[in-house]
Amino acid sequence: MRKTCLDMVYEMAKADERVFFIGSDLGVGTLDKFKKEIPERFLMEGISEANIVGMAAGMALEGSIPYINTIGVFLTRRCFEQITLDLCLHHLNVRLIGSGGGLVYAPLGPSHLAIEDMAILRCLPNMTILAPADASEMSRLMPLTLEHQGPIYIRLAKGGDAIVTPAEAEYKIGRAVPIRDGNDAVIITTGVGLHVALEAADSLAAQGVRAGVLHMHTVKPVDKEAILQRLQQAPVAVTVEEGVINGGLGSAVAEIVAEANFNPSKKFARIGIPDVFADRYGSQAELMRYYGITAENVADTVKRLAG
Amino acid sequence: MPVNQALSILDKRSLGLRRMIVKTLGAAGRGHLGPAFSLVEIIRALYDHVLRYDANNPSWPLRDRFILSKGHGCVALYVMLAEKGFFNEEELWKLCKFEGLLGGHPEHSTPGVEVSTGSLGHGLPIGTGMALHARRKKENHRVFVVMGDGELGEGSVWEAAMSASKHKLSNLTAIVDYNKSQAYGSTFEVLDLEPLADKWRSFGFETREADGHDVESLAKLFNAKSESGKPVAVICHTVKGRGASFVENNMEWHHKNKIGQDEVSRLMEALEG
Repeated sequence: MRKTCLDMVYEMAKADERVFFIGSDLGVGTLDKFKKEIPERFLMEGISEANIVGMAAGMALEGSIPYINTIGVFLTRRCFEQITLDLCLHHLNVRLIGSGGGLVYAPLGPSHLAIEDMAILRCLPNMTILAPADASEMSRLMPLTLEHQGPIYIRLAKGGDAIVTPAEAEYKIGRAVPIRDGNDAVIITTGVGLHVALEAADSLAAQGVRAGVLHMHTVKPVDKEAILQRLQQAPVAVTVEEGVINGGLGSAVAEIVAEANFNPSKKFARIGIPDVFADRYGSQAELMRYYGITAENVADTVKRLAG
Repeated sequence: MPVNQALSILDKRSLGLRRMIVKTLGAAGRGHLGPAFSLVEIIRALYDHVLRYDANNPSWPLRDRFILSKGHGCVALYVMLAEKGFFNEEELWKLCKFEGLLGGHPEHSTPGVEVSTGSLGHGLPIGTGMALHARRKKENHRVFVVMGDGELGEGSVWEAAMSASKHKLSNLTAIVDYNKSQAYGSTFEVLDLEPLADKWRSFGFETREADGHDVESLAKLFNAKSESGKPVAVICHTVKGRGASFVENNMEWHHKNKIGQDEVSRLMEALEG
């Protein structure tokens, strides 16, 4: 997914001279081709994230479209103010590509986990948040980022994820992708949570529960219409995300559920990282299990709510 | 370099601009007077003698870019922008009012204001991006960023300084309003910046120092292109609150929540010249 994303930045840069690439201190060899062929629009600025975001703002104010890439947690947590004021307040076309979204850096501990990225960015006016589920979806979304107005955060997963998104669906920023039909319940998810959701839906189907899966590659602006449409039909809704449940996709859906004032009321639960700092290392998969971001827990939760 | 007392006797224009600042803050009944007063001659040198702009077309592509990173000094800028015709002078009397255009910190929605500032340490990174962009696009306008001395406590300033230096952005000029005081007290006590000129030099800037109330020498230094191919830093030695003796270096006038008409009258009297 990361390779697809960065390769596409290079392809877009070749075709559009507004595109710049800015890295902090990325791995040796990153986008060498870009650097060699378009050196005047390739920048590697060192470990100075606040400066890089401001610098990108200055370039975007002049009409460029800078794509910044560094570790997601430093981009979002450290630069929250630069993102808020320099990018969102000025409504600038800067694209933030956050590596290691979610629990990818599990072995490195809480300092490296980009788990509150979507929660903290979701409250910012003008911000758009993208979390594709696989490389195929990334390749369909990236070209759309070129003409989109305003800042975008693009969350990268670990990479190597199986392709599960449908090629035939219409891809539009802000538009949910219905992945599976089923009205007994709806599982609403984003990013690689889609893999967990699909596995859960399979398991539920085997038990006679038809769970629909709605995938939100865009967490903000959230496709309220699609969510409400699914909620009208399904008595149970469960959200799945590889991020904190406070403020992320689950919160966005909770707000929609609550304000819809359904009668009779819907059953609803959020699955994600609880309100604690990670106290374990290990692998991404181990931490996902630790927090219950698993197909088994999703399926059990759906069944429990369905009563 | 201390302020040259002989040169810093304020002329008619400097006094007039300060009277407009007082009138503006008086209408709002609040605001940052000290930080605006220390900035007047810097703004004056830039807008009267250095910057390329068109008040009728604020986004004229060939304009020089100016960023007031120490956004709390904005009333000095507002007064100048109104005088130059970027917007109607009447807007000044609605400072910080619900129906007005101008707030207590600059917003890019205001004609002539390039970048919204207020939170410190943002101006130099943005200016670096602008200068880098101009360089890459072979455009020949210049970028000027005015920072406060207290603002130099922000790490992002020095991150940007390293970047600007790396890219040899000779089209970028960092200007420091060095009035040696910040909200709590003197910079020497709160967070000493010395040796300030050496710091900028060591970060790769062609560094100049000036009496920050001497318009002629400021204009000369701002106009002078980089000789070394490095970005330029101009350290302007100023006096906070310059213009009225009871305000000068008086911390109470960094920011006031309430500026009464009696204070306005007293200031106006002091600025009669």
